[in-house]
Order: sequence, then structure tokens, then C-alpha cells
Amino acid sequence: MKTIRLYLHYVSINVRCIMQYKTSFLLSAIGQFLVSFNVFLGVFFMFQRFSKVEGFTYSEVLLCFSVVLLEFALAEMIARGFDTFSGMVKSGEFDRVLVRPQNEILQVLGSKFELTRIGRILQAVVMFAYGIVKSNVVWSVSKVCTLLFMLIGGTVVFTALFFIYAALCFFTLDGLEFMNVFTDGARELGKYPLSIYGKKMLLFTTFVIPYALIQYYPLLYILGRQTSIVYMVLPLAACWFFIPALLLWKYGVRCYQSSGS
Amino acid sequence: MIAMEHVCKSYKIAKRNAGFVEACKALFHREYEVIHALNDVSFTIHDGEMVGYIGPNGAGKSSTIKILSGILTPDSGTVLVDGHVPYKNRIDHVREIGVVFGQRSQLWWDVPVIDSFELLKDIYSISDACYRQSLEELTELLNLSELLRSPARQLSLGQRMRCEIAASLLHRPRILFLDEPTIGLDAVSKLAVRDFILRQNQTHKTTVILTTHDMQDIESLTSRILLIGKGQILMDGSLDDIKSGNESIDATIAELYRTYHI
Amino acid sequence: MKKYLSFFHLRFAMGLQYRTAALAGIITQFAWGGIQIMMFHAFYRTDAAAFPMSLSATASYVWLQQAFLAFFAVWMIENDIFDAIVNGNIAYELCRPVSIYSMWFARSIATRLANAILRCFPVLIVAAFIPQSYGIDAPASPVHFLLFVLSLLLGLAVTVTFCLLIYVLTFFTISPQGLRIMFTSCVEFFSGAVIPLPFFPDKMRSFMELLPFASMQNAALRIYSASMCADEIRRAILLQVFWLVVITAAGKLLCRFAEKRIIVQGG
Repeated sequence: MKTIRLYLHYVSINVRCIMQYKTSFLLSAIGQFLVSFNVFLGVFFMFQRFSKVEGFTYSEVLLCFSVVLLEFALAEMIARGFDTFSGMVKSGEFDRVLVRPQNEILQVLGSKFELTRIGRILQAVVMFAYGIVKSNVVWSVSKVCTLLFMLIGGTVVFTALFFIYAALCFFTLDGLEFMNVFTDGARELGKYPLSIYGKKMLLFTTFVIPYALIQYYPLLYILGRQTSIVYMVLPLAACWFFIPALLLWKYGVRCYQSSGS
Repeated sequence: MIAMEHVCKSYKIAKRNAGFVEACKALFHREYEVIHALNDVSFTIHDGEMVGYIGPNGAGKSSTIKILSGILTPDSGTVLVDGHVPYKNRIDHVREIGVVFGQRSQLWWDVPVIDSFELLKDIYSISDACYRQSLEELTELLNLSELLRSPARQLSLGQRMRCEIAASLLHRPRILFLDEPTIGLDAVSKLAVRDFILRQNQTHKTTVILTTHDMQDIESLTSRILLIGKGQILMDGSLDDIKSGNESIDATIAELYRTYHI
Repeated sequence: MKKYLSFFHLRFAMGLQYRTAALAGIITQFAWGGIQIMMFHAFYRTDAAAFPMSLSATASYVWLQQAFLAFFAVWMIENDIFDAIVNGNIAYELCRPVSIYSMWFARSIATRLANAILRCFPVLIVAAFIPQSYGIDAPASPVHFLLFVLSLLLGLAVTVTFCLLIYVLTFFTISPQGLRIMFTSCVEFFSGAVIPLPFFPDKMRSFMELLPFASMQNAALRIYSASMCADEIRRAILLQVFWLVVITAAGKLLCRFAEKRIIVQGG
């Protein structure tokens, strides 16, 4: 309870800081919106030419894309401190974290709350609404639950990736851009249901990095193509991915304390 | 009480050479250099002492501070601070210490200083009564009443340093580490900061460990000096011990560095 | 001329230093290219008749785009230049006996060349070994290849002058950040970085091809695998030259205005 209160305190101070620069905040938010709007336009114009892709219609693709975008933006908003962790290590700011009597993860999470991602979230919500109206999904309690599970699972998986990135910063600060393959890359892949990329990709995203568990399988359930309850709870199962990420982070902190760089 | 015994710490640093060909080589093969930051360092500091920790850049000052504040784990040796091993029981240990890094800020840049203090109150779980009392006292002694409502970015360096010090003392630590607290300050702020530290030590019996390049800090604050060079404690004594005749303190220290070839 | 060459040399050497970053970039570009191509394949499998280019030409387009990303990505700005303008340090540069515009031009070209040279070969070589319709094809003919190189360099010049235009425009706006965001997303979309121009509806495409954005990457990448006929190639290259001249002229003119303004206002 105390932890949550402290976290909210962090969030509130972050928001107050951002609001000191309202124009800049607004522009960044618009920028976030435009970047993902471009991606959306890409999908839109592809469907001007093609009516379907591997059995999925435009509105179904939008549904899937918007959920992934929403998950990604949420994770970015919450775990931005981990996403920009290299700066914290470089500036020595992490030393400050270590001389305070609170959990390191909480402090790093609190160090940055990226409200500008609201632009992306807005974009995702609009797309999602459009997708819902246009697709013929018959909504039920279980489907709404599935959606909720997708949001939780997806945010957890993306956050875990940011954790891994941050943990690697303890070992090297060089060339970590490659982690974008997994974060931005996943968002890029997630535009379309993962099955369109072929069997191998589906296997990889099922068993190695569980993107498919938060995107493809629950989508099938929502679209009514699968009715088994397993498809509904798979997004929650994807949370397993957080465990190795957490262990790596803990190991990284230990190494930092022994190397100090 | 702070006790360090036979503490060693070394780092591996990747070598970098200039030139394109060298750079290409480094892509495949890296050479490492081992740097012994601390080489068998031992000392004891008693409660309520004020100690000046001096030495040239890269001598091992900040490694020592990092070990004592629980940021860094030593390779070997034992460290005890008030009965805690700093790097083993980090959270319990850091509750009792305050750290001021002179070159870095812990205040949130864009919000009033008081907001940063309130967050610290929650971070250190300080009770309302304690917080109010500490804040009142610090505000009066450091003359902060005018500053608390303005954002940190609008403060001068001297004003900010006063706030930084207050931020590190809100939770009433028993030990205070000051890493170059007067760097870049104007004369008035320097005197104010020194005066406050002295007072803090006298009234609360706070143990103070001070690293600095400013010898006037040492002269006016500390009774004991630890000189470190090339990872070893070279001298442990009082200012009077090393002062010969009526040389200035800077000349004395320069002489000292020359004697030890550091 | 010599001083600009030495600016060029300096920047080029600096760019080559970031090797690990380049390696990471290469990996990212492989992944990106792979994702794009797999996506195009999926659409092709669904409805081959609606596909506007050949599949292998599309794959070549994607790989070239990844290999020469550093040439055409407008979001890779020269932070030094941008910061100098925003915080006013530009005043110092004005004291030097060089034309700011030419110096910036030399410097931006050098940075982009250095970045691209580090990154393009690994991407191209590996892409060449990827099986047909997933990897990159040989150029349609030697003539096409030469025209491709010409158009590539022209495209680089257009991109750089366009970036300079953005920098110079920041003198005249209250919000440099906003300007940058707007321009970057426009360029991304209209230049064919999001999806290649042929995938747009025909009417829209023929309009987009006239815009300066199409003179950046679109021309070169489509000439390579002969997705344009001879007439179209001629027109595309002429348009590139045209836009290069126009944008440079506009940039230089604005730069002169800006310089005057700085001198008048005293920084």
C-alpha cells in the first residue's frame, strides 16, 4: 500500500514537471500521434489495394494493431525509466538510487513517467473504436475479459523487454540499439496478426518471446474463430516472460555493485 | 562507527587507442587494463568525528565513498558502518546515511524544491512530526524560506547546494558523506555551507566525511585528515601534524603530494 | 573548397567511430527488412493480381531502403546544428570565414555517407544471399545500375538540402520541435518510407511522384530493379535535379535572411 502511494507520488511529481513545459508536451504528444498515424496510413493504403490478408479483413487487422499499439504505449509510459536507463547509468544517477532506502525497481520506474505517450494511446483508442464498429465481433463478457487480459499481458511483456534492455546497460552501453528489434520490432510485427508471417514466426513468437500469446491467439478468440477457454487466458500465461527479465535485472544490479561502472 | 579493514577494489577498463585501424582491431579484440582503485585501505572513524578525505583525482576517494555508502562491493576486506555491512544490507544501511554529490543534483529540476522534499519524505518514510521538525530546523539554519517555493532550475548554484544539503539531511542521518560540497560556490555560499556543516556536527553529533579539493574546507571543518594516493592511505593525522611553520594550507598539501609522489 | 573538404573529412572520420552502434543498426535493419518483406509476401499470397510491383522488385526495394537508411532518414538530424540554432551558439559560427550553408551541407553529407558506408555493405551482401523474392536481386542492367547510383546520390543531396531547409526554418519559428515533428512525419509518408509509392492508389501516386519527397529515396530504389520505364526514369532524375536546385536556392536565401537577422539582433 505504501509502495503504491510512493509510486503515485512519483507519478504526480513527473506530471507536474511535464506541465511546466506545456507546448513542448503538447508537441511531443502530437509527434507520438503522428508517428503511429503514419504506420496506420501504411495499413490503410495497403487495404485500399487488397481486401484481405491471409483471411483477415481490414477491421480485424485494425483491432489487432490497435491493441498491440495500446499495450506498447502503456508499457512505454510506465516503464520509460527503464527504456532510457542508459542515461541513468551514464550520469551516475543510479548511484543516487542505491543510496536510498527503497527498492531499485520502484525508484527507476518512478524516475520517469512519460505522459507524452498519451498521443499514441489516443491513436490506438481511436483505431480500436473504429475496428470494433466495423468488424462483426459479437461482444460478450468473456471477450471483454480476453481483451483485458491482452492489455495486461501485453503491457507486462513489453515492460519485461524494457527491463532486459536496462539490465544490459549494466554490462555495456555500446550498441544496445539492437534491442529495438524486440521492442519496436514487436510493435511493427504486431500490426498484422502474427500468423501472416508464416509458421516459423508463429512458433518463435509462441515459445521464445511470447508475442503471439498476447496478440494472435486471443484475437482468434475475440473474432470467434476459436472458442476454447485456453485462448482466452493465454495472454496471462505470457507473463512468465517477466521472470527471466527480472532475474537478469537483479543480476545486473549485483554486477553494477561489484564493478561500479 | 565506521571501520574499513584491508579493503581492496580493482576495475577492468577497456583500452581505447586512437586511429581508424586501431578502432577496427578493437571491434574484434579488446585489451583490458586493471586499475587498482583501492589497495589495502584501513581506517576507523568514530561517531561524531569530522574527517577530511583528500587526495588527487583518481586516487580512490570516490571508490571509498561508494563502498561506504553501499553502492559498491569491495573485492576483499571488511567494512562495517554502525554495525551494518553496507553492501549486504543496503536498504537498512542507507536509512542511516546522507549523501551529497556536489556535482549532481537530487532535486527535481522543474518543480518547487519543497515538492522534491515531500517526495523524499515518502521515500525515507519520515513521520509527519519528524519531517516538520527537520524542515523547520533546516529552513532556518540554511536560510531556505525564500527558496523552497521556486523550482530548482531557477536557483543559483549556491542556493541549490543549500537545498541539496537539506535534502540529504531531512531523514536525520547519523553519517553524512559530502562529495565536494563547495565546488563552484561563491564566497558567501561557501561560508554558509561550512558554517552549517559545523553546526550540524556539533548539535546532532553527525559523523561527517568530506572529500574536497578546497583546502579551506578542510581547514575550517575537519580536525582529522586522511590522505589517499594510488589507492592507499598515505597519511592519517591532524592538520597541525603536517603544517610546518606558517605556510598556507594549499602549500602544505602541495608539499605533501610532492613528498608522496602523487 | 578545401575547407569544406576538411569539414567533410572530420565528420566522416567521426561517423566511422560509432562502430558498435553501426553493428546494432545493421541488426535492427535486418529485422526491419525481414518484417517488411514477410508482410509483403503475405499480401502477395492473398491476392497476387493486386500487387503493383513484382515481388522480387519489392524485396530489392526494401533491402536497398534498409541499406541506405542513413541517406534518407530525415529523423536522423544533426543535433549539433539544430542545438546551435536553438540555443544561439550559431553566432560563433558566423564569425568564421565560411559560408554556413555550405559548411552544414558538407558536414551533413559526410555524416550520412559515413553512416551508410558502415551499414550498407553488410546488409547488401547478406541480402544478396537470401533466396529469390526474399533477398535482393542484381540490378536490372548495368545502365540501370549506373542510373541508380546517380539517382541515389541526387536523392541524398535532396534529402540533405531538405534537412538544411528545416534547420534554417527553425530560425523563424517559435517552436523548432514542432516544426521538426511535422516535417519528419510528412517526409516519412510521402517519400515512400512507410510503403513504396506504387502501393498507393494511382491518382494519389501520380501526384505524390511530383512532390520533392519522391525525389529522395523513391526514384533510386525503383530505378534499381527497373520498376520504372525509360521515360519515367528520365522524368524522375530530371525532377530530382529540379528539386535539388529549388530547395538549395530556397535554403540559401533563407539562410541569408537568417544571418542578417542574427547580426541585426546581435545573437
